[in-house]
Amino acid sequence: MNEVVVAIGIGVLAGSGVWLLLRPRTFQVAVGLSLLSYAVNVFIFVVGRLRVGAAPIVTAGGAADPAAYADPLPQALVLTAIVISFATTALLLVVLIAARGVTGTDHVDGGEPDR
Amino acid sequence: MSLRDHLPILPIVLPLAAGALMLVIEERRVAIKAAIGVATAIVLVVVGIALTSVAAGADVTVYRVGNWSAPFGIVLVVDRLSAVMVLLAGVLGVAALVFSLARWQRAGPRFHSIVQFLLMGVNGAFLTGDLFNLFVFFEVFLTASYALALHGSGARRVRASLHYIVMNLAASLLFLVGASLIYGAAGTLNMADLARQWHDGTIGDRVLYEVGGAVLGIAFLAKAGMWPLCFWLPGAYSAASAPAGALFAVLTKVGVYAILRIGTLFLGADVAASPSPGTPWLVVAGMGTLVYGALGVLASRDFPRLASYSVLVSSGTLLAAIAIGETALTGAALYYMVVSTLALCAFFLLVELVERGRRPGADVLAVTAEAFVAVDDRHDEEVGTAFPATTALLGIAFGACAIMLAGLPPLAGFVGKYAMLNALFQPDRIPATSWTMLALLIASGFATVIGMARAGVRRFWASPDGSVPRVRAVELAPILALLVLCAALTTAAGPSMRYLDEAAQALHEPSRYVDKVMTRR
Repeated sequence: MNEVVVAIGIGVLAGSGVWLLLRPRTFQVAVGLSLLSYAVNVFIFVVGRLRVGAAPIVTAGGAADPAAYADPLPQALVLTAIVISFATTALLLVVLIAARGVTGTDHVDGGEPDR
Repeated sequence: MSLRDHLPILPIVLPLAAGALMLVIEERRVAIKAAIGVATAIVLVVVGIALTSVAAGADVTVYRVGNWSAPFGIVLVVDRLSAVMVLLAGVLGVAALVFSLARWQRAGPRFHSIVQFLLMGVNGAFLTGDLFNLFVFFEVFLTASYALALHGSGARRVRASLHYIVMNLAASLLFLVGASLIYGAAGTLNMADLARQWHDGTIGDRVLYEVGGAVLGIAFLAKAGMWPLCFWLPGAYSAASAPAGALFAVLTKVGVYAILRIGTLFLGADVAASPSPGTPWLVVAGMGTLVYGALGVLASRDFPRLASYSVLVSSGTLLAAIAIGETALTGAALYYMVVSTLALCAFFLLVELVERGRRPGADVLAVTAEAFVAVDDRHDEEVGTAFPATTALLGIAFGACAIMLAGLPPLAGFVGKYAMLNALFQPDRIPATSWTMLALLIASGFATVIGMARAGVRRFWASPDGSVPRVRAVELAPILALLVLCAALTTAAGPSMRYLDEAAQALHEPSRYVDKVMTRR
């Protein structure tokens, strides 16, 4: 049941992200990329397998059994991915604002399409 | 441990330190920054040369970061291919930095730091032996390239950079999905360990692993500029400033390198004998890129777009050649990769000099004139004016670039293309793919000749405004040096080709790489 909820959540995030990414306004594209990166981050996290009610590291007093741990590597990976996507999104926002200022429009192509 | 043992990490640490140091130096002290930047790039070339000689002797050298052995720690791996790529990046760095001394270094803030970070990311991507570390280095050089694409500012650059950044951010997310799928299936991110598990058949979920590999491949191909993922490339590359464009010539090659490395490592020793499900697609896509690039070259009206589409021609040739997967062909393709990257770098630098001082839109006017007003009504102009030396030098450099990129004799582009064709026609039964590849290689060369000749004639012989660009020696020197290097690679084609053939053989025997990385001390 847990897996289904998480999978649907990732799917909704990724789907909305892709839809927004294909929209013509730069702000929509920025939000779309953020949603997509959330989806990817949760996805990386889930790759370490979902476990309910398991101790994050070691249970009190018990002997250390590596098989009982949650896989720590995806957590380290997702931390790196979050930091990187945070930085690149910040950079993208600066470019969006610059593009808005330079071209005078928030269309991704820097001009309204001819009708 | 001596300094020699730490050689593999120098191409990453040196530019990082230099770039960070330059951040704390005041922006107006350009001379100091330039000195640090150029000196670091020259040291990188020296390190690159040292690495190639180390790789020639030791085949595969493994550097354990923090002395953790694989697969627990991140390792850097130097083999012939990665050493050559590091050397290539260093040479391009020196050329672009020397060129920028004349004026581009003052066109925007922190130019020198950004170039160093770009070199750091590129070198790291070439050297790392860990999939997630590869992602991190990809992000490092991509972030630097975003800043570099914006260098010099202006509406056109901002607009083109927006597309470039969004496209690459999306591709990076695909990279993450692919890497995490592979981790989910195999439980490791060390490339050698992944390859070992694949060959031993100990991977639990092969379907998941293959899907991960496919997603990863799409991410690399988007960066390598494969058709139909390359529509962002001509806009971004032609809008970039000259030194940025020259450095970008190596960025698509990082994508090609990743395909080559991961493809040969993961998908088996003999790609030709047991092709993976994606290989035929890669051949088709590479050929599609070649056709698209060649058509773009024919359709280009100005020099920057001509250069950008030439990048696509080079990428397409490489992708198709490495996807066919013959060892000899890969060796020839590597030679072509080195010489075409050098030529593209020179061409991007040259384009800016040639375009300098021209009225914007002059090319459009020229084309329109060609198409609609066939009659030349300027009979009364004096004939036989002195031909300025600058124009002559630029013209010679342009001719050399055109010959290199089109693959005409006598320069190295021809040697590379000839070696590829020779390798294609080695087996007794020649498949249809080889004939198609032959036709496309020759046709794309022909298209390049037409495109280059048209642009060159219009600019140098029938120049509508006839102005001589003001060019400084420090700008012309790196272009000529790159072309001399190309000529040197032509005369030294034997040894360099032999070296790259050995690199290709090592790639097609991944056990050599895997055994070296996975050995416990």
